[in-house]
Amino acid sequence: MTAIPHEHGHAHHYTTTGLDHRKIAIWAFIGSECLFFGSLISTYLIYKGRSVVGPFPHEAWTNPSTGQTFPAILDIPVTSASTFVLLMSSLFMVLAHASVVRGDRKYSKIWLAATALAGATFLGFQAFEFTSFVHEGLTPRTNLFGSSFFILTGFHGAHVTAGVIWLITLLFIDFRRGLRPADAINVDLCALYWHFVDVVWIAIFTLIYLIQ
Amino acid sequence: MATTVAAPPRYAVPHTKYERGLWSWLATVDHKKIGQLYLYTAIAFFLIGGLEALIIREQLKGPNGQLVSAEMYNQLFTMHGTTMIFLVIMPMGAAFFNYLIPLQIGARDVAFPRLNAFSYWVFLLGALFMNAGWIVGAAPDGGWFAYAPLTTQQFSPGLNMDFWVIGLQILGLSSLAAGFNFITTIINLRAPGMHFMRMPIFTWMSFVTQFLLVLAFPIITVAVTFLMLDRFFGTNFYTITAGADPLLWQHLFWLFGHPEVYILILPAFGLVSEVLPVFSRKPLFGYPVMVYSGILIGFLGFGVWAHHMFAVGMGPIADSVFGVTTMLIAIPTGVKIFNWLATMHGGSLRFTTPMLFAIGLIALFTIGGISGIMHSSPPADLQQTDTYFIVAHFHYVLFGGSMMGIFAGTYFFYPKITGRLMDERLGKIHFWLTFVGMNLAFFPMHFAGLNGMPRRIYQYQANQGWDIENLVSTWGARILGVATLVFIWNFVKSRRSGAVAGRDPWGAATIEWTLPSPPPEYNYAVIPTITSRYPLWDAKSPELTADVPHTPEGEKRTDVSVGGKETHASFKGPSDTHMASEVAHPSAKELGIAMPTPTIKPLLASIGLTVMFLGLILKHSVNYQSLWLPVLLAGVAFFVVSLYAWLLSPLEPEHH
Amino acid sequence: MAADHPHSQTTYDTHGDAHAAEHKHPTWKTYKWVALILFVVTVVEVWIYYIPSFVASRAFVPVLLVLSAAKFAIVVAFYMHLKYDAKLFRALFVFPLLIGVAVIVSLLFLFGQIAVRA
Repeated sequence: MTAIPHEHGHAHHYTTTGLDHRKIAIWAFIGSECLFFGSLISTYLIYKGRSVVGPFPHEAWTNPSTGQTFPAILDIPVTSASTFVLLMSSLFMVLAHASVVRGDRKYSKIWLAATALAGATFLGFQAFEFTSFVHEGLTPRTNLFGSSFFILTGFHGAHVTAGVIWLITLLFIDFRRGLRPADAINVDLCALYWHFVDVVWIAIFTLIYLIQ
Repeated sequence: MATTVAAPPRYAVPHTKYERGLWSWLATVDHKKIGQLYLYTAIAFFLIGGLEALIIREQLKGPNGQLVSAEMYNQLFTMHGTTMIFLVIMPMGAAFFNYLIPLQIGARDVAFPRLNAFSYWVFLLGALFMNAGWIVGAAPDGGWFAYAPLTTQQFSPGLNMDFWVIGLQILGLSSLAAGFNFITTIINLRAPGMHFMRMPIFTWMSFVTQFLLVLAFPIITVAVTFLMLDRFFGTNFYTITAGADPLLWQHLFWLFGHPEVYILILPAFGLVSEVLPVFSRKPLFGYPVMVYSGILIGFLGFGVWAHHMFAVGMGPIADSVFGVTTMLIAIPTGVKIFNWLATMHGGSLRFTTPMLFAIGLIALFTIGGISGIMHSSPPADLQQTDTYFIVAHFHYVLFGGSMMGIFAGTYFFYPKITGRLMDERLGKIHFWLTFVGMNLAFFPMHFAGLNGMPRRIYQYQANQGWDIENLVSTWGARILGVATLVFIWNFVKSRRSGAVAGRDPWGAATIEWTLPSPPPEYNYAVIPTITSRYPLWDAKSPELTADVPHTPEGEKRTDVSVGGKETHASFKGPSDTHMASEVAHPSAKELGIAMPTPTIKPLLASIGLTVMFLGLILKHSVNYQSLWLPVLLAGVAFFVVSLYAWLLSPLEPEHH
Repeated sequence: MAADHPHSQTTYDTHGDAHAAEHKHPTWKTYKWVALILFVVTVVEVWIYYIPSFVASRAFVPVLLVLSAAKFAIVVAFYMHLKYDAKLFRALFVFPLLIGVAVIVSLLFLFGQIAVRA
């Protein structure tokens, strides 16, 4: 990893549309992801209310054999906070991209770092949420709700993790040799991915957390 | 008519390790080499899948067959279906996508050459993974559709379905990566002047197929991930006692499965749409309608999935809706059939081997399509479902359709790939053996099915009205076996001793035929400018394209009859000057063309990915269970490191 | 799918057009307003969640769906600059999105909570 290549190859190659290959590919990828998350969300909604045993997302449950009572498990205040953090990370991300386009080395680093940090904070919230659910007696093996909830939000979290790694890589390159306006496309790709992960969360927050 | 040139093109003698020997294949990023890798791999798996079919037919040739056990039979039919769909027809499609799309659109390679290599290696390793079950004596045995909950740990213990679940997961990643690559390639690497409506029809059908791939595979990825988590980590997606719905898998699977059917057939449609005009000496009839019907098939393909599930009792509303959409999708498909017939109508037909296979597709696919319409009606389907009638139907569609199209394409493009023609005499023997064998093998299944013979049974008793049908089917399968040997012999032999093809052995119309056969690594020394849908015919036989819009004059001359045109549209390609004689071709370096650097990193990344999944399957092994997590993590680490090494190294050698 | 508009590539056929699209990027000010709107809508969503009478009413679910669809659209249009970018990207995104939504809705009709049973 000694030599980090500069923006290479594409400037002098003919393209039919004048658009960058990678940008077309990432939009196709995002389109494909719509079906991926669509299937996960469908499964969650189909299985909603079909769990044989609790805990349940929106109502309390008493185990008939032990008499133990479990409260409604979703923590709206905490998730609202993490939703807010993720929304703000999208703002930081557009600002990072705008800074790179302007050639502003200082603010590109600041906003990239802020985005990565906000992403990491969101993941922290999710780790907290998952562990507290496990303590309250909900694992992916407990019931249908557990399986579909953990896998849907877990896959979203995995996407956020990949995005944070991507952001850190860009930040690393920025420190190593500086991101120039010619590199804006690289940041743009990351930004498109990042915003998409954000809009998926917008859907999840409403469909899974708020609608009862 | 065609200028056949005596000598094959001469290229510089390979001298670096990237240019010859094993390394040139392992590190290749050349779409033509990757296309050939797909082709050879798919043919190898065609032999394996065919062998499985022959064993099945030998078992069923008479009542109470004793050749294999019930367990072995389950593995055979599961792996026969899985192999033919995922390891033969799909990679055959990928072989043609790879080899032809860049040539047909006037590009030097695909948009992401290294991702392309990655797709192939992931496919190969996934295919080997899927078949690894044979080695440990536990090949997948739950059918190619792997209906959960029957395939959950409770009802399918053992490693069998683990190999299927993980193998399919790996293969899906390959298809997704290739899909993004080809979507980008077709949108962004068309030569100047190649508008969408000037694009060769094979590229068009491939374009639709790529969208089906990237939209259908995420769904199966989710369904398979659920099954994987259920099997390996005890989640409840398919656990009925936990309240799971037994239809979840079926819905998700067929949401993928039906677009998959079109993923299998559309490339074949594209191939015969290239072959038929050339050997009819007529432009494709109704090109725009062919394009729109292809798009419509792709779109409607997402709205018919539940016709695979009429028997589960979805209720009259759902049954009616899916019955109607299924009947609707027959319309664009029928349009294609009639357009092919109209293309041939009044043409000067030449019955070469590719033409015979293309006509074979029209005939046999129509039979399969009509039996398909028969079970689009739910009441009729209830009688037919899970019988040999269905087996007959999808073999007419997939063998009579996809495979016939693929054979047509193979004979047609073999000279472009190898520089030599396949033997016509052997080719015709292959065709007639295939045509007769296929009808003997699959037509009687209609009757066996209507007489009540269920699918997936390994034995049956005598005198139920199926004995003759099964015997005839087995003889048909044997003939198909012989036909395949003839094909392989022809394929291997012609590589050395076939007639030298020259650039354009068939008198074709599209720009890949302006290139030497085989083309140089950079394809086009100068990127051509496209002025029409049929550039070579404009140049060589302008009377053929006189009334076709999208030629330079044609746009305003749609009223001119064939032969009434005098001005010759000129094809502004680089090859015009030395079309007649083959000269030595300079290397990319001499021409100053930047080509991607060969690299082994995509292969390394695909190995990392496969090791990761290997770790998962170790979790269910007896002896190495404790190793599963270390192996999985090692695979992840290896994948990430290779990926970074790949992404941070430049695509092309640094210059200037 | 771009395939729906075979001729549409004329709209982004040249380098010039693509660059023109690049230059129409939204500004700082737009970004801040968008962030503010997203914030306010999210606050409204969480707020109505805590009004039991509203949660019990028939309007609750539709209102939430509309609000989140609005947020979704705003992020896609402004932050992912789909509003300003080449039409091709719009096709590449919207077509799969519609299929995805259709899949969710039809699965729910088939055997989810809004299943239609005769």
